[in-house]
Amino acid sequence: MSTTDVASSDLKIVKDATCTFCGCVCDDMELTVENNRITKAKNACVLGKSWFFNHHIEERPDATIEGRPVSYEEAIEKAADILTNATYPVTYGLSDTTSEAQRVAVAISDWIGGSIDTTSSVCHGPSGMALQGVGEVTCSLGEIKNRADFLIFWGGNPAESHPRHFTKYSLMPKSEFLPNGRKDRTAVLIDVRKTKSAKAADIFLQIKPRSDFELAWALRGLAKGIDINPNVEEKTGIPLQQLRDVMDRMKQAKFGAILFGMGVTMTRGKHMNSEAVLALARDMNEYTRWVAKPMRGHGNVTGADNVVAWSTGFSFGVNLGRGYPRFNPGEFTTSDLLARGEADAAFIIAADPMSNFSQPARDHLAKIDLVVLDPKLSETAKVATVAFTTSTYGINTPGTVYRMDDVPIPLRPAFDSPFKSDFEILTALEKRIREKQLATSSV
Amino acid sequence: MSDTFILIPGRTSRQGTGLNQGKYSEAYLDEINTLKMNPDDMERLQVADGDQVRMWNDEGDVRVGVKSGKAELPPGLLFISYGDISSRFMPGETHGTGMPDSKGMEVFVEKASAGE
Repeated sequence: MSTTDVASSDLKIVKDATCTFCGCVCDDMELTVENNRITKAKNACVLGKSWFFNHHIEERPDATIEGRPVSYEEAIEKAADILTNATYPVTYGLSDTTSEAQRVAVAISDWIGGSIDTTSSVCHGPSGMALQGVGEVTCSLGEIKNRADFLIFWGGNPAESHPRHFTKYSLMPKSEFLPNGRKDRTAVLIDVRKTKSAKAADIFLQIKPRSDFELAWALRGLAKGIDINPNVEEKTGIPLQQLRDVMDRMKQAKFGAILFGMGVTMTRGKHMNSEAVLALARDMNEYTRWVAKPMRGHGNVTGADNVVAWSTGFSFGVNLGRGYPRFNPGEFTTSDLLARGEADAAFIIAADPMSNFSQPARDHLAKIDLVVLDPKLSETAKVATVAFTTSTYGINTPGTVYRMDDVPIPLRPAFDSPFKSDFEILTALEKRIREKQLATSSV
Repeated sequence: MSDTFILIPGRTSRQGTGLNQGKYSEAYLDEINTLKMNPDDMERLQVADGDQVRMWNDEGDVRVGVKSGKAELPPGLLFISYGDISSRFMPGETHGTGMPDSKGMEVFVEKASAGE
């Protein structure tokens, strides 16, 4: 039960607040708020603390056009003009905002007939493609916490990217089925680097770079009882005997979980790698219960997948230009359509592609009109035609986010912001876009 | 003398905390502009912690500070936190997936010449 106690006019305790920095979406924060600053964040990890302590109200304009401060209304008008007049607009980002805002962004993309894509396309988009091919044997993090006695962390470094995952969801918790917690679990780490997560694992398989696909297929073969050529060691760096040993243990588990990261999806093979990992988990169900879950990075990237999927039928890389959704990664994904110079306007919500896209994509972004929503100044906001400063979701703004296991979690904001939320701006923009479209419609 | 390496960009705790301080904060900029390398490779390239190296492939060509990755990195592997430099080595092509090759890129590295 959430409670907010106001101890004095400028000291507030917010219990059961939710951290939206990473996909763990820990919802057991106790925040101390003093004079519109969070000064304590009980239960937060190192990333959560930096998230809460560094998002205070900054001295920035509500909105800018070409870098010049303007009124909110003027910015809405200009943004509506850009998006309505564009021939091929693309909406991109959405992983660091509420699902309520994501839903409006899909609606706007539909009205303006553009592509809609999320940061998933450069994260676990390949896993999204893979699960369409082989399905996803899945479960909630609660089931992993309570039941998983065998964990494989593959191509990820939770110790640094999801610091509470081990203690809150996977490795350490004690439960009815695992009364001794960590002692009742076996943990395997598969990675090319001996990361800080290696210390937490019982078995570390340090594979050669770009051999995830071969390793997953070797394990699939072993699961089926097929003889595997010992030269798998040359390719993957892991002796066949060690793989046999791991497979024997996997079959003996009561409940196994593969938690895979972007070491799988970003490496050559991409969706084929994810598909092999998902299929391995599926195959293992011939012997015992196994699941596979992608480890998701941003706080609501899972929500972005869910909202775009339940709105259009596909989770990312969707084009709405013909009045019905079409899904084609490589064609309608943002990185591609920018690198090929196709989009003539971009609508960027809570993302910074000018920092993290390929150079050809960045070069094109710099040439076209951008409408950007971001709580902080970014390289993308700097080159935006229209930029809105937004409040921060989870800290200033209520709403819903999806944890990495697709469980929706409510947000309990800590203090108000003078800046509007993504949802408020998007709703106003959708209204203005429709007014403009209806005014010029012949019907 | 240059060598071929495989570059693995990724997330770090410091990159995450720096990100929250802001993308123009000293901590963030330092983290995304530091290339980690196996100590034996550093010795062979005759570079020490804090030295500049030139790293390049068909996509990008940068000068970047290098630091020992100690036991974390096997020989031939480089690590850098996600950021501007790692993005410079991503191609525009995604092979029909939407995802450019963002880990495991082949790059060349040599000690940067003075004054370059």
